[in-house]
Amino acid sequence: MFNGPWLRELSRLPWGIVLVIAALGSFGLVVLYSAAGGSLSPWALKQGIRLLVLLVAMLALAQVRPEFWLRIAWPFYGAVLLSLVGVEILGRVGGGSQRWLDLGIIQLQPSEFMKLAIVLALARYYHFLPRGYETRPMALWPPLAMIAMPAALVMLQPDLGTALSITFGGVILLFLAGVRLWLFAGAGLAVAAALPVAWNLLHDYQRKRVLIFLDPASDPLGAGYHITQSKIAIGSGGLVGKGFLQGTQSHLDYLPELHTDFIFATMSEEWGFLGGMFIIIGFGIILAWGISVAMRARGQFQRLLAMGLTATLFFYLAINMMMVMGLAPVVGIPLPLISYGGSAMMTVLILLGLIMGIARENTRPQR
Amino acid sequence: MSTESEREQSFSRRAFVLGGSMGLVGTALAARMADLSIFEGQRYQMASEENRVQLRLIPPRRGWIVDRAGKPLALNRPDYRLELIPEQITDLDATLAAIGKVLPLSLEDQLRIRADFAIQPKFMPVEVARNLDWAAFASLNVHVVDLPGLQPIRAFSRVYPEADHFAHLLGYVGAPTPDQYKLQKDPLLIFPGFRIGKDGIERHEDKPLRGKAGARRVEVTARGRVVRELDTRPDTPGETLKLTIDRDLQSYTARRLGDNSASVIVIDCLTGDILTMVSMPAYDPNVFSTRVPAALWKSLQEDDHHPLINKSAMGLYPPGSTFKMITALAALGQGTNPEDSVRCTGSYKLGNNTWHCHSRRGHGPVNMHTALPKSCDVYFYAFGRATGIDAIATMARRLGLGAKYELPLAGQAAGLVPDSAWKLRRYKKSWTPGETLNCSIGQGYIIVNPLQLAVMTARIASGLAIEPRLIANGPAPVFPSLGIPEDHLAIVRQGMFDVVNAGIGTAKAAKSPIEGVHIAGKTGTAQVRRITAEERKHGVKKNESLDWKQRDHALFVAFAPTESPRYAVSIILEHGIAGGKYAAPIAKDVLTYLFEPERALKALEPIERALAAKRAEVARAEAAAVRAAEEEKLMPAWLRNDAPSPNPAPASPNDAPDQPRDDG
Repeated sequence: MFNGPWLRELSRLPWGIVLVIAALGSFGLVVLYSAAGGSLSPWALKQGIRLLVLLVAMLALAQVRPEFWLRIAWPFYGAVLLSLVGVEILGRVGGGSQRWLDLGIIQLQPSEFMKLAIVLALARYYHFLPRGYETRPMALWPPLAMIAMPAALVMLQPDLGTALSITFGGVILLFLAGVRLWLFAGAGLAVAAALPVAWNLLHDYQRKRVLIFLDPASDPLGAGYHITQSKIAIGSGGLVGKGFLQGTQSHLDYLPELHTDFIFATMSEEWGFLGGMFIIIGFGIILAWGISVAMRARGQFQRLLAMGLTATLFFYLAINMMMVMGLAPVVGIPLPLISYGGSAMMTVLILLGLIMGIARENTRPQR
Repeated sequence: MSTESEREQSFSRRAFVLGGSMGLVGTALAARMADLSIFEGQRYQMASEENRVQLRLIPPRRGWIVDRAGKPLALNRPDYRLELIPEQITDLDATLAAIGKVLPLSLEDQLRIRADFAIQPKFMPVEVARNLDWAAFASLNVHVVDLPGLQPIRAFSRVYPEADHFAHLLGYVGAPTPDQYKLQKDPLLIFPGFRIGKDGIERHEDKPLRGKAGARRVEVTARGRVVRELDTRPDTPGETLKLTIDRDLQSYTARRLGDNSASVIVIDCLTGDILTMVSMPAYDPNVFSTRVPAALWKSLQEDDHHPLINKSAMGLYPPGSTFKMITALAALGQGTNPEDSVRCTGSYKLGNNTWHCHSRRGHGPVNMHTALPKSCDVYFYAFGRATGIDAIATMARRLGLGAKYELPLAGQAAGLVPDSAWKLRRYKKSWTPGETLNCSIGQGYIIVNPLQLAVMTARIASGLAIEPRLIANGPAPVFPSLGIPEDHLAIVRQGMFDVVNAGIGTAKAAKSPIEGVHIAGKTGTAQVRRITAEERKHGVKKNESLDWKQRDHALFVAFAPTESPRYAVSIILEHGIAGGKYAAPIAKDVLTYLFEPERALKALEPIERALAAKRAEVARAEAAAVRAAEEEKLMPAWLRNDAPSPNPAPASPNDAPDQPRDDG
């Protein structure tokens, strides 16, 4: 049992990256332990179990060959799109904002899976697109529709963060596939022109978030409170932080959402600049690895998939950290691997599992 | 046209750009992180400390106010209160029920608690009860263990043991206004339940009485809950303020005044110490220091006896005949021979006008020695006119009229001592001799307040330029002489002695009952309404038959003992008809109290008995009126008689001043 193909397959995994992932996840558990006031419940223990299970799942997914993903890309995208429609209908019936599909045993959040599905589907689309057609405007309509449908459905929920994330993933894929650059410039102008319209479509609380992002001091005790308190938490940590379990902003309830969206602030208060750099560099290593995997990947599908997934992970990280540091408006995007919550962790670990699968494929001898 | 390798190259280029962008964003994030935590770290650390640490004030205990003998006039009483912390209460109903077992809560209280519980921020305590007795407080303390959110508190509330007798002098305390907070920026002013001086000495001496707040540094959560205490700086209680007032004398005086609208001031002729400063009627500062019921406030405001006004310091009255000493001293100063006399026929003619003497038949020949006891107006018309207004005004100012004194009193009235320059300035007209006649007898423009009359009397009695003082800070001051020749003063003092003690005097009711102590004084009557020539022809209406508001003010100033003057008194009885008849007996009793308190107290008995009977009668009449109105309202229309039964007429309150007694 301890020899043979099983062991060989294991040894081909990128253990260095697995170690970085585990280190970041464990650091997240330490922060959650402190956020609960030095207690395993209600967050750290549950999150730890999730992390273990999902890490194993990630390693299992890494064994799947990319060809399989290429085969199921369409069905997967279709199924996720259908369930998005499903939650929308259920939500209409049930009333209020509905993001979950309750399957009895687990609650599924289809919009999370769409972040993966959009990358998969577009990668497949461009993989089979005849060479040279990438630059033709005609070939642009199907992918645009593929992005627009889920993004619109998620916006309806309403979940601006996830909708942006899906759009970002899709657009990055278009960019990587070789769509002409002037089209992006044109699209950028079009978006700028459409901003006033979009502004009217936003919900009141979303508009408020944007306004407060532009000037958090305008409402320091109201909705700008979140950004202000988050910046105070990060800033007051200084170089090495206040020490484990010594955070005051978090323990005295000044920090909102201290275990989910604002966990980076919770962490920074106790671990300071060094803790922040640990997370930034840790994710930097993962992203760099993801890019290098994409660069070495064989075939358009694997290249696009690896790079698109890496970019999706980057989007998570960048938006969350910019938000807690007051560089972006408050959008509900958690910090992957660190924040409490199963959905984001599952998405990110599946995503990393896929990239690992491609990395493993890279190491196979060329046919 | 495009090959697989071209596609790969294009991808690599774009992936490189994308990777580079990620690197840039990552670097930007790291830079921002460094900016926040390292370069701006100091500032955010302060902000976080400001969040975490809160300064909780410990309010200082207010200083006592004591009288000259150290008897307390205003002090603090421990006030046991029970408060609830809403955020620690899980089940309000159960908590209230549990409290109810130890402390009965009325339905009203319960409603108020529930209302406060619903509106207030959750960390702000809700008052359940105050003024708890020790037994209830102790038993509640036992129950705190099993009732979370219950907070028995030992606070202090201001107490005025003598209640309304000192209301105007001491003032009261109350919650600061937002404007006061804006002005002083003292965080104490917004501390829940903190009180500052609102009137009288409490207000004027607020700074020393207030003390300095202590502080506790505590760690609090975002919702304001205290997590732990960091350190404590104790408070500095306010200073004890010692007054020159004699508590027992003032209390006696207030009781002696009863229901009269009046002011009495007793002052030490040698030291200027104010022994008593009463203005009646008054309000109860104990009630004012908590919360004034709207109905009480309204009734106080509407009362025609003006219980909200400190008549002693703020009241202004024509001095009437009490001014005649000044006219006399001014005349003597101008070289008038006191033996010179005029013939009083009851009136004095100047030009086309006639000035009347209070005696219609006239006093016959009057010189200075008899002018004061007889209070002959014609004598003072004649000699005042000869002396001139400017000399009279100078003498009035020398004796303390028209001045504000250095006293811790708000709203001290300065009054007015007119002279020719003033008339020219004010009315752009020159002074007329007729106005001098009016002023000579204390009418016309001249207007004074009771405190000034007391100072005037004390200065005449001692010949010293005394200044009144209320705060006994340090030894009794020594004052220089006024510089008025002693023989002039002796003539006036003898005149005042005769007012009380001679057969011709107008204030024989003030004659001292004590062996070896004589009282000297001067009556005064200040006209409130104008007596027309028409009315004079048909006979002036008797004051007693007029409405209370139409009656003359009665004034009396006095000093005792005449052998070696020590105490001076001034009394103003609003609408008190006549100084000699109604004000003088009060002066006698007050001065008697200084020498023989038992005798004075004995004199109080019949007065208080009569007062109690009168009040009971008024209360009975009011109750009957209320009952009748109630019955009227409750009775169904078809049951009512066509002719409504006559309401019981409200008993006309017998508001004439207390009758003079003949026990002297």
